[in-house]
Amino acid sequence: MSSTVYVSGDSSAISLGANRTAAAIVKEAAQRGIAINLVRNGSRGMYWLEPLVEVAVKGQRVAYGAVNSNDVAGLFDADFLNGSSHTLSLGATEEIPYFKNQQRLTFARVGITDPISLDDYIAHDGYRGLKNAIGMSQADVVKHVTDSGLRGRGGAAFPTGIKWNTVLNTPSEQKYIICNADEGDSGTFSDRMIMEGDPFVLIEGMTIAGLAVGATQGYIYLRVEYPHAHKALNAAIDKAYAANYLGENIQGSGKTFHLEVRLGAGAYVCGEETSLMESLEGKRGLVRFKPPLPAISGLFGKPTVVNNVISLASVPVILDKGGDYYRDFGMGRSRGTLPLQLAGNLKHTGLVEIAFGMTLRELLYEYGGGSASGRPIKAVQVGGPLGAFVPESQFDTPLDYEAFAANWTVLGHGGVVAFDDTMNMAKMARYAMEFCAAESCGKCTPCRIGSTRGYEVMDDIINNVDREKNVVLLRSLCDTLLNGSLCALGGMTPYPVLSALNHFPEDFGLTSHTNAA
Amino acid sequence: MTESTTTETVQTIIAELKNKPGALLPILHGVQDTLGYIPADSVPAIAQALSLSRAEVHGVISFYHYFRDTPPGKHTIHLCRAESCQSMGSEKLEAHVKATLGIDYHETTADGQFSLEPVYCLGNCACSPAMQIDHEIYGRVSAESFDATINDLGADA
Ligand SMILES: Cc1cc2nc3c(=O)[nH]c(=O)nc-3n(C[C@H](O)[C@H](O)[C@H](O)COP(=O)(O)O)c2cc1C
Ligand code: SF4
Ligand code: FES
Repeated sequence: MSSTVYVSGDSSAISLGANRTAAAIVKEAAQRGIAINLVRNGSRGMYWLEPLVEVAVKGQRVAYGAVNSNDVAGLFDADFLNGSSHTLSLGATEEIPYFKNQQRLTFARVGITDPISLDDYIAHDGYRGLKNAIGMSQADVVKHVTDSGLRGRGGAAFPTGIKWNTVLNTPSEQKYIICNADEGDSGTFSDRMIMEGDPFVLIEGMTIAGLAVGATQGYIYLRVEYPHAHKALNAAIDKAYAANYLGENIQGSGKTFHLEVRLGAGAYVCGEETSLMESLEGKRGLVRFKPPLPAISGLFGKPTVVNNVISLASVPVILDKGGDYYRDFGMGRSRGTLPLQLAGNLKHTGLVEIAFGMTLRELLYEYGGGSASGRPIKAVQVGGPLGAFVPESQFDTPLDYEAFAANWTVLGHGGVVAFDDTMNMAKMARYAMEFCAAESCGKCTPCRIGSTRGYEVMDDIINNVDREKNVVLLRSLCDTLLNGSLCALGGMTPYPVLSALNHFPEDFGLTSHTNAA
Repeated sequence: MTESTTTETVQTIIAELKNKPGALLPILHGVQDTLGYIPADSVPAIAQALSLSRAEVHGVISFYHYFRDTPPGKHTIHLCRAESCQSMGSEKLEAHVKATLGIDYHETTADGQFSLEPVYCLGNCACSPAMQIDHEIYGRVSAESFDATINDLGADA
């Protein structure tokens, strides 16, 4: 029997040479006359070990990493196909503490299955949620989602069940499901990992959403920066159509659901749900006034569910195991698990899916292993470019939406970017203003003009031109942005700016005393 | 490509996609995928097919950073400028890239080999600093690995 070897086809693994490693394995096996079956799985999310090579030995996966193409001959010499030891041996993959201590519900299959094999998906509990949903009333499907306590993972943490219920109860001959796959936040890649590593779970989640609210058409709005995810999604969608998991009369249920991927074009603001719908309609991505809510009048004026990739990909396990099962993970009003993304200056960057409640410090040091540079971690930015910089004094905050909000910080999409003490936070604050100016949709004045004014003011502060006067001006600009913006791009840019100013005044050339004003 | 084949290409793309709901972005992607950019003379045809004004089509093209109205070099380098990559030294890398190519963002080298564009996150933040060249993604990019990569690409020019 030929051995099965796994080398990730995840784009970050590829960015570290996984394709070269895979090619070297195929070539070396052929030269030695050994038959192997190579699977390009998703990533296990331990990126410091990529390219990770795994072999199935006696029903268990044994790992080696990081394996570069020039390590491959040595692995064959050491008989890695039988799991023998080698300097790159990591033992059983699932015993690696980083992986073992996680609670993978949404990511249950990522790294395990062949992402675009429907058979593999079904063999690993795939489509059980849809099967249950087909046997239930629409209201009961929505009730499971409501009972699970799932809150939107795209940033605003709005309860998913409540949104679905509004769409269910808004009569219309046409409704839509939109998956927000714009994942524009720096430090985030969980959406990408799901789409590349288990695209069927997103397709299943969207199909359940369609059945639940009575929508027959779905769109995945995917950022153009994700070509590998695009390929994986399209391949999986084709297979789902061929096997009647999409299309008409799905699995004999009498229900219809069609699904199509649409590409964005590099505008961060198009991740905002109303801007996204404008873009899908073929227009400039200008943010819409609310009300009306998208759930009542969304895409092409029809009732529309807009959910993040992770929100939708969490639905199949909820419908498979029940809302209660999911709700039993977590703390307070943050239920279930959150796929956290460790990025930036950390030793062990990657994906950690875990129940809400762990502290940021545990995440950074026990999982992240501290900084990659070996220097002290000065601050972390959680929740993307509109998230606050969190100083060391707040590292004991539990990962929970309310606990973060109480500190004037945001958990958002769960991205965590670490900075060591060589970083200057005034420069980061300037960058936040520059980013807001570059990405503003231009609809409201505070954001359009204020952000440009903001980074000019930041330049003066950095260059010590009327510094104290300009700090006062910066604070007043932030006030205007906070209170006068239509969406969170303008409305939350003050989070990184003011957190940098409040926690690191010395980087702005201020003593804490002068800054207190 | 000659002028008439360009027009033909654009017409084929339009015919194939114009009946989709919200067809404008799919058409613009189709044109840019095929030609590398969206030529100004394709705008009237697109506008006409979708019953839009030229100004509307132009407004959409200019709103999105990804769409370009000038031909790119043979290879397009997208260098990540976002926070995670900054935390791992992307500013230094950026200076090296600009000096090595002798161009700034939104420019193309004189030999037409490379265009340089900024990008705000490639979802490769676990392997910062990151860049994308055409459809390939690169992680933990150093000055040396950048040089090696563009030398390889330059060699198969
Ligand atoms: C400027 C801006 C960018 C956003 N980008 C994203 C994004 O990339 N992905 C996402 O899911 N939500 C993003 N959001 C949040 C969406 O507007 C919306 O809340 C979300 O898609 C709803 O899905 P959820 O309830 O499942 O989180 C963004 C919001 C703003 C203001
Ligand atoms: S805050 Fe900025 S991005 Fe948001 S609607 Fe206003 S101008 Fe547009
Ligand atoms: S910040 Fe550079 S890839 Fe995400």
